[in-house]
Amino acid sequence: MTNHWIDIRNSDCMMIIGSNAAENHPISFKWVTEAKERGGTLISVDPRFTRTSSKADIYAVMRSGCDIAFIGGMINYVINDMEANPGNYNMEYVTQYTNAAFKINPDFEFNDGLFGEIEQKTYNGSYTAASKATWKYGAGSTPETDDTLQDPDCVFQLLKKHYSRYDADTVCNITGTPKETYLEVCKAYAATGQKGKAGTIMYAMGATQHTYGVQNIRGYAILQLLLANMGVAGGGINALRGTSNVQGSTDMCLLEHILPGYLGVPVESDTDLNTYLLRTGKHPDKTITPVGLAADTSSNWWQHARKYTVSLLKAWYGDAATADNEFAFHNLPKKDTSVNHTHIGLIEAMGRGTIKGLWVWGQNPASGGPNSNGARNALAKLDWLVSVDIWENETAIFWKRPDVNPADIGTEVFMLPAACSYEKEGSISNSGRWAQWRYKAVQAPGEAKPDLEIMDELMTEIKKLYEADSSAPGRNAITDLVWDYNGVNADKVAREVNGYDLTTGELVYLFTKLKDDGTTTSGNWLYCNQYTETQGNKMQRHNPVDLSGIGLYSSWTWCWPYNRRIIYNRASVDLNGNPYDSEHPVTWWTGEAWAPQGDLSEEQGGDVLDGGWPPINVADAGAKFLPFIMKPEGVARIWGFGRAEGPLPEVYEAWESPVSNPMSSQQNNPCAFIGTWQNPKGTTADFPYVGTTYRCSEHWQTGIMTRNLPWLVELMPELYAEFDEELAADKGIENGDKVVVSSARGECRAVAIVTKRFQPLTIDGQTVHQIGIPWHWGYAGMSKGDAANMLTPHVGDANTTIPEFKTFLCDVRRAD
Amino acid sequence: MEKAILYDSSKCTACRGCQVACKSWNEHEAEETTNRGSYENPKELSPETWVKMRFIETERNGKFAWLFARRACMHCTDASCSIVCPTGSILKTEEGFVHIDQEWCIGCGNCLYACPFDIPHKDHHHTGTAMKCTGCTSTGLNRQDAGMAPACVTTCPTGALKFGNRDELIEEANQRVADLKAKGMSNANLYGKDELGGLHVMYILDDTVEAYGLPEDPQVASSTVIPKWLTGVATAGVIAALPLWFVFKRKQELEARTKGGA
Repeated sequence: MTNHWIDIRNSDCMMIIGSNAAENHPISFKWVTEAKERGGTLISVDPRFTRTSSKADIYAVMRSGCDIAFIGGMINYVINDMEANPGNYNMEYVTQYTNAAFKINPDFEFNDGLFGEIEQKTYNGSYTAASKATWKYGAGSTPETDDTLQDPDCVFQLLKKHYSRYDADTVCNITGTPKETYLEVCKAYAATGQKGKAGTIMYAMGATQHTYGVQNIRGYAILQLLLANMGVAGGGINALRGTSNVQGSTDMCLLEHILPGYLGVPVESDTDLNTYLLRTGKHPDKTITPVGLAADTSSNWWQHARKYTVSLLKAWYGDAATADNEFAFHNLPKKDTSVNHTHIGLIEAMGRGTIKGLWVWGQNPASGGPNSNGARNALAKLDWLVSVDIWENETAIFWKRPDVNPADIGTEVFMLPAACSYEKEGSISNSGRWAQWRYKAVQAPGEAKPDLEIMDELMTEIKKLYEADSSAPGRNAITDLVWDYNGVNADKVAREVNGYDLTTGELVYLFTKLKDDGTTTSGNWLYCNQYTETQGNKMQRHNPVDLSGIGLYSSWTWCWPYNRRIIYNRASVDLNGNPYDSEHPVTWWTGEAWAPQGDLSEEQGGDVLDGGWPPINVADAGAKFLPFIMKPEGVARIWGFGRAEGPLPEVYEAWESPVSNPMSSQQNNPCAFIGTWQNPKGTTADFPYVGTTYRCSEHWQTGIMTRNLPWLVELMPELYAEFDEELAADKGIENGDKVVVSSARGECRAVAIVTKRFQPLTIDGQTVHQIGIPWHWGYAGMSKGDAANMLTPHVGDANTTIPEFKTFLCDVRRAD
Repeated sequence: MEKAILYDSSKCTACRGCQVACKSWNEHEAEETTNRGSYENPKELSPETWVKMRFIETERNGKFAWLFARRACMHCTDASCSIVCPTGSILKTEEGFVHIDQEWCIGCGNCLYACPFDIPHKDHHHTGTAMKCTGCTSTGLNRQDAGMAPACVTTCPTGALKFGNRDELIEEANQRVADLKAKGMSNANLYGKDELGGLHVMYILDDTVEAYGLPEDPQVASSTVIPKWLTGVATAGVIAALPLWFVFKRKQELEARTKGGA
């Protein structure tokens, strides 16, 4: 989240799209409810009428996978309204704080769904380097701007041209939304463009799990920037994370493309540290300074990445990291860029036999990943598999699952019982980036151990093996590691993550104190300041006093970065430092200084600022800092040239769809990742309906923690599939009947819930039915059932490879 | 001081944390259920299930609506169950909450017939007694005496359930009803302020009483209901069997002692 949970209460309009917050993040509705009590409007956009929709002022149905059409039409509505009624919008924000005024390379072209030329690669298409060059700013590192927004090459005009094709009739023809309802949504949400009003977008996996998931989110970003909703209280783009600590896991690099703190993973061409920093764009040379705006300086905060990287290497490699060896940079494995090792890629590599062993830690790919049948077959190709979990899950028993003969499977499987959250100590980071300390309440049962202890024992043994083998490949990466935990010591780890000043031996106060000369350490620069010499472990703070009046609660635990509760908050004030929303000021300029900041003061105040420089009109020439400090150009990107499939979101259909793309002859995202391991594609003739998967309140993820809990099983005892009455009548299915839902990849038995909450949609003249099915079941545990992911395909987003769980082709029949 | 639970249907997301919290606090077993084409489960209240959420698919102003309704004891001032109980085992706390003393209940079933909301259920398998929500005032599990709200209220994430002084909650509810009406929910109303002498579980409804499946004008058993159940129970000969209960109970106690249970 750019903002945080409590901040939702400050919102004038909440659009929940790609999320079923009431069911999947029940506590979020504490704040949604409070916002509604204060007069806020709630919009729910969903293929299905959910428990979230039941509380909405406006419910808009949308065919699964049509976010770009839906949001594109809203962008079109806002631009038209903005030109007719500029007084209703914050044009200063749009012009000065986003790249709307920036001029783009005049060679840029968009033609029939494509932003240039595509070359085919193993798994997907990729735009040519020449095409990508046309997406960039016209004048390199000093782009020209037009603050009247009239230049035909400026972002605003290109945006207007692109989305002029997305009129309400065209959009509703794609999404199936009633036009009257759609316009009601546009009007209600566009009203947050007024100065002093704020709209928030709450999204989750309904938005991301598509072959164009990143572009769905880009669509939200563009809309929020046009409406000046970023950096303000009650605004933002708020990703409701899928598990309690998934924010922490990405911050700490649980993904294959990042190191802690969102530093890039080195690749084979990174021959030295400088090359690596340049390639990842985190370098002083990458600063972009726009010409012609009120501000004249871009802080390009990522230019400090060298300090963060060196401090990370010092934390990992200690004395072995020296200036002479580039601080052991070459101990880091360099990724082969021709190979994809995201979830789908890993499963495929196992299937092909290139990966022989697998540690599965708190995960359950046998039913949690897409195309479960394919994934289970891939696991059977492994030599060994270790499952670390609090329960015996589907992955741990894949070799004895129904309908297989264990004698046919050669994989040796180990089960390591893990302690659950109440049986260990440590911090977790919630969706709002708050790192909060949890204490151990009870001893773990039997042989179960905290993850930290398992990890420590494992790494200690691995180190011994490498130390004993002088010819082991990549030996230094392991033998140089500082590994001195000696068991479970969450406190020591928290200090290490924060980092030390090696010259004094004290904890580093903040990432601004980190250095690139090897005299500081930090396990994650973003978490620097969580543990200080004077304030101790700030994640343990429980001061319930709010000095901000907008619910920042700055002395309640701690959040990254630097306890800043609303990021990009310099965009909440005008050029003179006055808050755009005087009722909910995030900060303000007193005439001499910024308001007291966060937990740094005992006085009434605001948030910790995104860079402490004076307001743009107050600062001296040459030091007028642009507000979006993490971007090289200092402004937020309406036009985003860093994504695989182009600078603006464009409508494509899901990999499997019953509809021909009405917007262009380009049916699918040309850059989407298409898996090839046991991944047949369904046809409309065999599988005529749109399938989508989701969660319910009563169960959790693959159900391992909830399907073993009798009270929850009582509430939701069986796998169910939901669809509309018309489809049920066509198929002779009655409510409560047993049915089989099938796709090209598998079949699931479920109980039919025939409901008005799904409605048949008319899309481009044809009737489209949708079938929804939760993915919480599997063959392990107390309440058993089929895994809905036996239906989903092995295809992924062009940028992240997140699987397309949300839209696929399926069929349904009565079970006999 | 009269206390009450206030349930606000317009804030309830039917997450059913209340159902789980109730079972957890009162140490109740889960029931074996099936999916019957709905999210709703268990099918009915029972000795093990004292609160359940109902899911009602309906229409409002020509649009689809999904209403959620709490189903549990309403803790009436004029509590029919208490009036018809032959052993006086159904008592009210000073705060107005109605509970069945399991030591004295003889399982006659009078309260089942008398309750205008169909709340008490008899345990046919173990104790033979009638059971229902006690507002967390059960002996040994009394949250109210310990200064805590009932478990369902404490766990509610959205604030749809509140516990407090009844007169203050009425004031708050009236304001909320006015707000809902101003937002266009013209049928919004407060249920339970005056019904049956005043309920200690009151509902803010964002639609009609009928839409939520509640009785419009619930009556005290003594006036209309008693003749009905009287016929039934007289036929079954339960009243005739009443004095035998004490013999039966003593026998049970003795048996328990022999088994080493006491």
